[in-house]
This record gives sequence, C-alpha cells and structure tokens, in this order.
Amino acid sequence: MIKLDAKIPEGPLATKWTDYRSKVKLVSPNNKRKLEIIVVGTGLAGASAAATFGELGYQVKTFCFQDSPRRAHSIAAQGGINAAKNYQNDGDNVYRLFYDTIKGGDYRSREANVYRLAEVSVNIIDQSVAQGVPFAREYGGLLDNRSFGGVQVKRTFYARGQTGQQLLLGAYQAMERQVARGNVKEFTRHEMLDIVLIDGKARGIIARNLITGEIERHAAHAVVLATGGYGNVFYLSTNAMGSNATAIWKAHKRGAAFANPCFTQIHPTCIPQMGEYQSKLTLMSESLRNDGRVWVPKRAEDVKKKPADIAEEDRDYYLERMYPAFGNLVPRDVAARAAKKVCDEGRGVGPTGRAVYLDFKDAIQRLGHHVIEERYGNLFEMYEKITGDNPYETPMMIYPAVHYTMGGLWVDYELMTSIPGLYATGECNFSDHGANRLGASALMQGLADGYFVIPMTIGNYLSNDIRTPLPETSSAEFEQTEKEVKERLEKLMSINGKRSVDHFHRELGKIMWEYCGMSRTAEGLQKARGMVQELRKEFWKDLRVPGKMDELNSELEKAGRVADFMELAELMIIDAYNRNESCGGHFREEYKTPDGEALRDDENYAYVAAWEYAGMDKDPILHKEELNFEVVTPSTRSYK
Amino acid sequence: MKITLKVWRQESPDEKGRFDTFRLDNIDSHMSFLEMFDVLNQQLIEEGKRPVEFDHDCREGICGMCSMYINGRPHGFQSGTTTCQLHMRHFRDGDTIVVEPWRARPFPVIKDLVVDRSPFDRIIAAGGYVSVNTGSPQDANSILVKKSDSDAAFDAASCIGCGACVAACKNASAMLFVSAKIEHLSRLPQGRVERVRRAVNMVRQMDMEGFGNCTNTGACEVECPKGIKISNIHKMNAEFFKAVWVSSEEVEA
Repeated sequence: MIKLDAKIPEGPLATKWTDYRSKVKLVSPNNKRKLEIIVVGTGLAGASAAATFGELGYQVKTFCFQDSPRRAHSIAAQGGINAAKNYQNDGDNVYRLFYDTIKGGDYRSREANVYRLAEVSVNIIDQSVAQGVPFAREYGGLLDNRSFGGVQVKRTFYARGQTGQQLLLGAYQAMERQVARGNVKEFTRHEMLDIVLIDGKARGIIARNLITGEIERHAAHAVVLATGGYGNVFYLSTNAMGSNATAIWKAHKRGAAFANPCFTQIHPTCIPQMGEYQSKLTLMSESLRNDGRVWVPKRAEDVKKKPADIAEEDRDYYLERMYPAFGNLVPRDVAARAAKKVCDEGRGVGPTGRAVYLDFKDAIQRLGHHVIEERYGNLFEMYEKITGDNPYETPMMIYPAVHYTMGGLWVDYELMTSIPGLYATGECNFSDHGANRLGASALMQGLADGYFVIPMTIGNYLSNDIRTPLPETSSAEFEQTEKEVKERLEKLMSINGKRSVDHFHRELGKIMWEYCGMSRTAEGLQKARGMVQELRKEFWKDLRVPGKMDELNSELEKAGRVADFMELAELMIIDAYNRNESCGGHFREEYKTPDGEALRDDENYAYVAAWEYAGMDKDPILHKEELNFEVVTPSTRSYK
Repeated sequence: MKITLKVWRQESPDEKGRFDTFRLDNIDSHMSFLEMFDVLNQQLIEEGKRPVEFDHDCREGICGMCSMYINGRPHGFQSGTTTCQLHMRHFRDGDTIVVEPWRARPFPVIKDLVVDRSPFDRIIAAGGYVSVNTGSPQDANSILVKKSDSDAAFDAASCIGCGACVAACKNASAMLFVSAKIEHLSRLPQGRVERVRRAVNMVRQMDMEGFGNCTNTGACEVECPKGIKISNIHKMNAEFFKAVWVSSEEVEA
C-alpha cells in the first residue's frame, strides 16, 4: 500500500527552498564519481538534468528513442519561457508568477512546488543566456519580452517561434560537453521498457536497442524519468509521433502512484484536422494571440462565406466580448471551450465547421507586415505549408487540439515518485500546473526541474548510497524483469491478427476525444470505460505486427506503446469520473455556472488524486493528497 | 491522386539494397509526404508484407528526424521544407516518385530509408557549446548583445541537424552543419572566448568522421530546409585559420 508524503519543508513559503537547500544532505565529489544515475528521455527536463549531474561528477547514462538526444519533442515548443525578471518594469515578481500559475492551474497544484518554480525561473534565463541561447533582443542589446495567456505582465522570453528548439539545443550541448568528458554516456535509439526494483528501490531499467532489437539491462543507484506527456493517448495531438507513456506507465505498474491522469490540456490554437488520414495536429503558438484576434461570424448562415466578405459588424470577436479584461489572451482551457461553444452553435468555419478565425489584419495595419513577420514569420510559413493559405492575406483557421498533460507520476517536493530512488521531472510528473498549464510554463518547469531542483534533491537520497555498490545486472530481479519484458514483446508478435497498430490507436483516440476530451459527463465516461476495455480485448486478439523482434521494427515499437496507452486511457477515464467538479482542463458538463463557466468544488475535491495500480482489470486504489493553501485563497477564476 | 513510388529497400547495413515499386491509388492532395508513407505502410501490413522503415517524429519541420531523398533531392524539390512539411498537392496525379535514404559514407544505412547520423552528436561533443556549468551566472541582461548579432546567431542556430547538407553534397561535406554551430556561438559574446578552440576541435572531429571537404558548389545552401547560409562556411574557415596565430595552449586547453 502506497503512503504519500509530499515532504514539503516547514517554514514560510518564501523561504522553504532556501531552507531546504541549507539543510539537504550532500554527496562529496569523490563519492559522486562512484554513483550512477540513469536518465530516461533527453528533452529539456532530461538533458538539463543529465548535463548538470555530469558537471557535478555523477556517472550518467541517458536514453532516448530518437536517433539523437537533440530531437526530443521539447524542440517543437514555439512561444516562449516565463521568468519573473521584471525587466519590463510592469510590476512582475516571484510572487506574481507563483500566483498566476496557481490561479491558472485552477487551485489544483501544490503551493510549495509552484513557489519554488517561480523562484528558480530567473536562474533559468541567466543560465540559458550564458550558454548562448539567442533570445530575442531590443536594439539596446537587452532581452525582449512578450505576453502570454492568463497574465497581465510581459514576462515571456522567446527566440522567434523556436524557443523550445533553442533552449533544448542549449541543454543538449551542455550534455554533449559531458559526453566528451566521459561523465555522460548516451544511448540513442533505445527505449526503456521496464524499471527494475531491488528491495523496493529503483535500481535500473530494461531497455530495447531499437536497431538490433536486443534487450539490455542497465543498473544505477537512481533512475530519473523525463519522458514527457501522454497526449498521444488521443492519437491526434500536437505531440511528436513517438511521444509515449510507456516509461511512466511501467513505473506506475511497479508501484509509482499516477496523479490526476484526467488533467489534459486542449490547446486552443492548432491547425484544424483536414482528413481521416491525418497523423498529427500542428500547434500554432499561443503567442499569436498577442496580435491576432479570434472571431467567427455572428450568424450561422455566414459561415460558408469568404472571411473577407463578412463585414466588420457581422463578426463576433467572442473572446473580447466574453472576457473583456483578458480578451484574446485568456488561458488555454477558457479559450478552447469558448471555441467549442461557438462551433457547437453552428458558427464554426472551414470545411468541417470545426474551426474559428485568427485574424492578423488589424495587427498588420497597426505594426506593419515587417514586424509581424519578425515576430511570427516561421509560424506563418508553417501554416502556409500545411494549409496552402497565406495568413498575411487571409485569416488563419484554428481549432483546439490535445497538447499537454498536466497529470503524471505523483512526486514529492524532491520530485521522487512513490518508488524510492525513482524520480520524475518535466511533463511526466504532475507537480506544478494543477488542472491547467499557462503558456510558456512547460519550458520553465522542464528546465527548473532539470537544472536546479533534481541535482539538489537527488543528493539527499544518494547520500545514503555512498557505500552501495552498483547492483549486479545478473541479479534475480533483473533476470525476472527482463523475462517479463520479453514475454510481452513475444505476445505482441504472436497475435498475428488482421489489424494494424494504427487502426487500434485511431479507435482509442476517437473514444478519448469524444468522451474524455474537452467536455465530459458521468454517463459518457462510463460508456467510454466499457468501450476502451472492449477495444483492448480486441487489440490483444486481432493485432498484426509484421517483421521480427530482433531487428529495427517500428511497428513493434508502436504496438508496445499503444498497448500501454490502452491501459492508461482507462485510468484517465476513471479519474475524470471520480472528479465531480469542473476545474481547468477538466470540464464536466454537470458542474458549471449558469453562464457555462467551470464550477469547482473546493470542499470535496481540493486534493491530488494519486492512483495506485492494483493489477490488470482491477479498479485502481485512490489516495488523496489534500492541498493546503496557506498563502493564496482559492477563488473563482475570473478572466472577465 | 494516383502515385507510383520507387523506394530504396535495404535489410541491414551490410546487405545489398534494391528499389521496390508500389502503386498507391488513393492519395489525398492535402496529405503530407510522410502521411502518404503511412498509407503505403498500412497497405503493406494488410498484404502481410514488411512496411518501409523511415525516420520521422515531430512532423512539424523542427526535430530534423525525417530524411528522405526525393527524386534526387533531400527533402524534395520545395525549398525551405522538410519532408514532413512537403505536401502531395505539389505533385501531379500519375507521378512516379523515387525515394532514397541520405547517401553519404559517414551516414551508413541502418535499414531502408533510416541512416545513422550519430557523427553529428560527436561533432557537437567536440566543442559545440559554451563551457559553462549550471550554477549562478551573471544576470542575463548584464551581457549586451547587438540585435544584429543576436539575429545572426539565431539564424545560424536554427539548424535542425537533419543532414540534408551532407546528403546534397557531392563530397558528403558536413561543413554547413559545423559552420552553423560555430557561427551561432562565436557571434555572441558568451561564445567568443573559446571560439578558436571550438573551431579547431569541431573541424578535427568532422574530418575524423570521414566527411568530405567543401568545394563551394552551394548545393547544401539550396537544399537546407532552414535556409542556413553557405557564408557560414567562409567564416568557419576564417576561425579555423586564426588558430595559426594563437598559442597551442589556447587551442588545446
């Protein structure tokens, strides 16, 4: 039975992290050399942690399924990274960033974690600039900032529309520097397929070499998962094709609690789906809402007209109308639901009627073509490539799509999961964004965890391990775990049914989008649970995986990932059904205010739902971590 | 649309490859090039055949994973475009399209269209960074950077490491890739301190990996999906030759 202890340090909020750092146990440099850490995933959270561990002197092994660590999906983050620098003198500070994040998350995150995040945000910018990350600058040579959804200050640092790329290259380069020094060993085209526990502690992983198909054993003193989110459970999402939940799901099945799995972020500005064949959805950065105005026709009969033929007075700039204080810059969950609402009213545009306009005409008139190009050039280009339309001349069409998962492995203040020695950082943990993440906060959290939090907290655990030799990979525990991994792969190969992995993945996605997507009902969720169970049975009966196990076989890779998504999907549904309230990205139709806004229930649901795995086809066990708000008072989130 | 595909198939690095021909009768013009390959692979799986292996991940033109040589050009004929962002509406109904992997000795074929680009990681490890540990560096705004320098550094830094430059070059030269990183970092005050050492070490690693030299044909610049300029190579050569005038300690340190 899991016991949750968040280990939040005593004392006032503003000094918790400082106090913690003063008291945390340290590992001396000569002992660090003897300690090995495995880092799975090389995005912002993984690469920054691996680089920093290496600099500190630990022995590190990194794993990624891509052919190079630099390709992790953090690379695709567009808009920017928040930091409470107050360079713009608009009244920003650590407290405000903390407050905005807590409020943006609809009061479903831990105060202590979020405050620490806001505190270290400033260090991230200093660190990245020192590494040579080319952030946007003013003519005077100082850094430029822009604004993002859900806030009223300009605190977002950016590198054109490629902020994630530039930050990841910074972390990747720092990591490669440690590779050259022999402190980090990188394993590319490798996928972690299970975690190995010895005496209840995480002591290694089983990984598959994706080129040869060989199953490998790797031992360590601690394991850090930085494997990203699970948005691909919906099949269509803005995630990369390979983004998956296998590492965290295997950890969950070995005893790591999974927190708030139903908290999914649907991003309001994505390129709408064009056809059945579509393999993924492409995000158009939220930063576009700084200058773009969102609208649909006032009347449903106008939706088939060309946008240029719809007169100004016949347009409904619905975000500006409904939320005058924040206008087009309301948080993502609010903007996404509003788009769904106007489309449900029959006012959606485009071939499918599931799209709204994002219009830059006013901004181009006000600022000039040149300024818009400089700010969003690559995004406009990307849009034109995909759709064939030129957004300088005609408004973009956008629609919400699955983008980020706030839920993830439950972690304590030290980012340790409920398995000792197993850590989770970045998007794959649940810790900082509550029920909704604000824009430009994912990069901030990934790098905060990797550069500044875990290098400090892991020492507290490893200091007890300085006399522990590296576990033998010939031990019974490694033997047994490897056997289970092989059996599962063999099972996938041997079904020999008729339908491909993609078929099942698509079907799963449809169920999840329909019943566990932007709006949910108890009835729909119950139905969806049955459907997922059925589909899972079908999967294990009728799947066809061509090729062999001992070779490069991307169908087999996908099969393993989708098999895990099938199980995770059910947990998401159970969690969504359990949470009888609407908050952030979780919107239950039964719980809304008379004007259709989310209705939270702080009396009964101000807790983190941490689920314990109880076995296949058994109901998971719910553990509640009560959220105590000592500094902020939860209130109705209003952006009006 | 009806499309005929001639695709390079190779079981393993040591085996001989061949072209397989496939007919696709139902291609939507809105599909991306990779979505067409998804359709092909679904068809092959249904027929009980082995699907075509190809690299891809983000499918939004930024991860640099996709790497198809299409009708004799890396990422196809459209300029400034990765394969995942190339759409079928730019082809004609009835077209025959030839698809090969990157062809360059330092990038051996792993299987079908998948190649090994790990030399790029090793070149970065040889010096493609600013030597700064995580810690408490100076306040970000205490380093002033001219906007034009910052913009130029960004332009060079937007390289996605896909390797199209190498595939396009008759010498399989990696100089566009290497010079982009050198230009990115030496343009900024943060990276200027170790610029000479960086250039020497990265070029040395590049040579060790077996990449060829630059003979200024300019194919790399034409084929680069991110518009990296060949002028970076001239700057890299300048950086490299500067090493002659500095002490060997500064280079080796």
